[in-house]
Amino acid sequence: MLVAFNRFGLGARPGDRDRAAHDPRGYLKAELRQPDIALISLDDPTYASLPGSTPAIQASMAANFQRKLDRERMAAATAQPAMASAQATPAQATSAQIAPAHPLPPPTAPAKPAPPIEATLFRAEAQARLDKAFRAEAGFVERLVYFWSNHFCVSVAKDNIVRASAGAFEREAIRPFVLGRFADMLMTVERHPAMLFYLDNQQSIGPDSRAGKNRRRGLNENLAREIMELHTLGVGSGYTQADVTSFARILTGWTMAGREGRLGEPGSSVFNANAHEPGDAVLLGKTYPAAGMGQAEAALNDIASHPATAQHIATELARHFIADDPPPAAVARLAKVFAKSDGNLRALAATLIDMPEAWSTPLAKMRSPFDYIAAIRRAAGPGPANDPGQSLNWLNALGEPLWQPPGPNGFSDHADSWASAEGMKIRLDIAWQAARQVKDVGNPNDMLDAVIGPSASPETRQAVARAESKQQGLALLLMAPEFQRR
Amino acid sequence: MSLLCETPHPSRRAVLMTGGALFAWAYLPRFARAADNRDPRLIVIVLRGALDGLSAVGPIGDPDYAGLHGDIALSLAGPHAALPLDGFFAVNPAMPVFARLFKDKQAAVVHAAATGYRERSHFDGQDVLESGFAGPGHVATGWLNRALESLPAGDRVATLGGLAVGPSTPLVIRGAAPVLGWAPQSLPPPAGDLAERVLDLYQHRDPVLAVALQKGLDADRMALDDQIGGNTTKPKSGAMKPKGGLGSAAGMRQAAQGAAKLIAADDGPRVAALAFDGWDTHVNEGGATGRLATLLGGLDGAFEEFEKGLGERWKDTAIVAITEFGRTAQINGSVGTDHGTGTVVLLAGGAIKGGRVIADWPGLKPAQLYEQRDLAPTSDVRAVLKGLLADQFGLSAAVLADKVFPESAAVKPMRDLVA
Repeated sequence: MLVAFNRFGLGARPGDRDRAAHDPRGYLKAELRQPDIALISLDDPTYASLPGSTPAIQASMAANFQRKLDRERMAAATAQPAMASAQATPAQATSAQIAPAHPLPPPTAPAKPAPPIEATLFRAEAQARLDKAFRAEAGFVERLVYFWSNHFCVSVAKDNIVRASAGAFEREAIRPFVLGRFADMLMTVERHPAMLFYLDNQQSIGPDSRAGKNRRRGLNENLAREIMELHTLGVGSGYTQADVTSFARILTGWTMAGREGRLGEPGSSVFNANAHEPGDAVLLGKTYPAAGMGQAEAALNDIASHPATAQHIATELARHFIADDPPPAAVARLAKVFAKSDGNLRALAATLIDMPEAWSTPLAKMRSPFDYIAAIRRAAGPGPANDPGQSLNWLNALGEPLWQPPGPNGFSDHADSWASAEGMKIRLDIAWQAARQVKDVGNPNDMLDAVIGPSASPETRQAVARAESKQQGLALLLMAPEFQRR
Repeated sequence: MSLLCETPHPSRRAVLMTGGALFAWAYLPRFARAADNRDPRLIVIVLRGALDGLSAVGPIGDPDYAGLHGDIALSLAGPHAALPLDGFFAVNPAMPVFARLFKDKQAAVVHAAATGYRERSHFDGQDVLESGFAGPGHVATGWLNRALESLPAGDRVATLGGLAVGPSTPLVIRGAAPVLGWAPQSLPPPAGDLAERVLDLYQHRDPVLAVALQKGLDADRMALDDQIGGNTTKPKSGAMKPKGGLGSAAGMRQAAQGAAKLIAADDGPRVAALAFDGWDTHVNEGGATGRLATLLGGLDGAFEEFEKGLGERWKDTAIVAITEFGRTAQINGSVGTDHGTGTVVLLAGGAIKGGRVIADWPGLKPAQLYEQRDLAPTSDVRAVLKGLLADQFGLSAAVLADKVFPESAAVKPMRDLVA
């Protein structure tokens, strides 16, 4: 049962265990049959105000422009420095229009300036993700969302455009495809403005393109390399530096329309033929004829179904859901399903649930920080309403700031990264803080039965039973190996 | 850690105050100092993302440098003039502390350096750099930890273990030798004996988590503010949230500040590892000012904090900053640089025989570049690290070539890096 809730899910809420008890596999698979289960529905009034990436980026661009004007005005008006800062900026007005779910303080309280629009959007998206984690049944599909979101990660540390659109990126490029085709997710991810910005492709210009000849600018290899190394084939799978450079040429022109809208609707993903390197290109031994943006689409489609991609994705999935060093037979089976099903991610997810290895391998991995926090909320009750601040702070403290991995390879998926000395100390602090927040803790022994059940070790039972207070008992439960491991 | 803060003031006394079986550090015997009063320390800073060595320490005397590095090349002229180190090299003006230390012969540069890794994947490159193995695929232990493990049993440095700074342990210091973890953080610490109870449960059910939590608590106690007679479970008033991660200039400085206090303690760890992120400058890298310069300023601030915080121990300290590989010699199409090969190793500390740029300069003409694109490596980063480990801790070349950096017998330790 811990396998269903820890290894595959987001942890049991009180009552969940009863529903899963008779058939844990069926309980997990039921999620796979629900259409649109991964989506954050904008029909839900709670989320209705979340803008798509295009309006989000537009708001950020407008705010950026305004900030620039303000800075210039400030610099020009050094004689009266107090004036500029006392005015409310139009950037703040924009933020109020775009995110009514998080109204700004009334104008009568001007002491605290409104947060930048990018921060407002980020927090609204974070809240939606946390809510979804809390509401999910088993949470297996949410776990798949986090897996793919980390696989195709972007970082809000890059710049304001990514900060404004990282949540929308996950909703638009990851969630619709987690039970769909890998190639569709890949195609959507790589042309999403957040990814184009994060991995610098909007800056990459074909040297022999019209734009490349006019301006002193040229290729940027970043996106091409990381697509092959991280998103698809995997490092050491045989591609060369020449393949990276060639793929970078193929990808030129995949960009985002700027604020002036010369290439299309500002903030939307567009193909800029003027920046695209003309001519045929050879990649992995195959010639891709000149075809504008179709050239990269053809290349991405081939890469998506390459055997090295199947192997790479199978290894990552097995590492995530089974063990740091996954059983080779499990990896081989997943790779086979990937190849046979044309990268059908629903089939891969079902294969994982059916694998005996997934149920027999000891729970030696650690819950990632986000999963740990989700599990705490699900066990002990939701966090402060409409304020993701505490959860975000916890994530920062645990070294997994939301949508802000240290590099394009995402956060670590190895147990020892999260079972670190500092990490465990912080988990202890968080468990205590969470336990103290619960208004009516109830009997921690009942909580243990509801959340962990018969899988609890005698030692854990005893530790919780002997706690000196209800809060301490709950904190012990939240720190128990049965709560940490997966 | 739970209490801090902008200005960590860890104190031995706070550790002793806590007493109890929880805090193993309290039981460590105070060692007798060696006769020469030398008490060496080694601090390893991993710069993740690949530092552009040509923008950190520019070969301004090379006639091809300015052309290749274009608008971001360092120069001795202009409002943000680079700081000359010798007649050929100049350091980025964002690093005045490093330049001062260099002048005082307490900092040095090894240029045109690389590990044995010749591909251009960050993650494999970092694994090679940090694991110390000849190729990628080894992610269980790091060379710094194996160096500790290779010291004779009972050796003071080995007994005191290592320090890992940051919420997760950098690979370079992962392994069997004991490692403390510490990061600047702030959350209210638990009341009562919750920690003790959780530890007790772990000791029965999950020894791995027991060890990790124990170390985390130990480091936390060590870094506590002076609170003699005070309640050590209470956060210091004005406890601050961390100022950004270890990829921000303020975060680097803050991490160094806290780490210095832990390392300076008589029974604190003698080796430490920090990882700073954010060096992957593909776009608008900047030169004397801009994105890279901001990061270099953070690194410079970290050097300064170590110098301040280590006090009299600075004279025995060697700091080495290393990165997985360099970047292209020529700027790319977006005024940044793509993944390359040769780069710099920066050395600082009172123990360093400084004032030197150590380089067998390969030149920057097209035929001299590695694969016609990168600064060609003429020094092996492992040679530098081996030299430091040999000079600071007396590890033999044989142990270094076998256990610490496996299959590296051909890479001889670089001698006389330490004064």
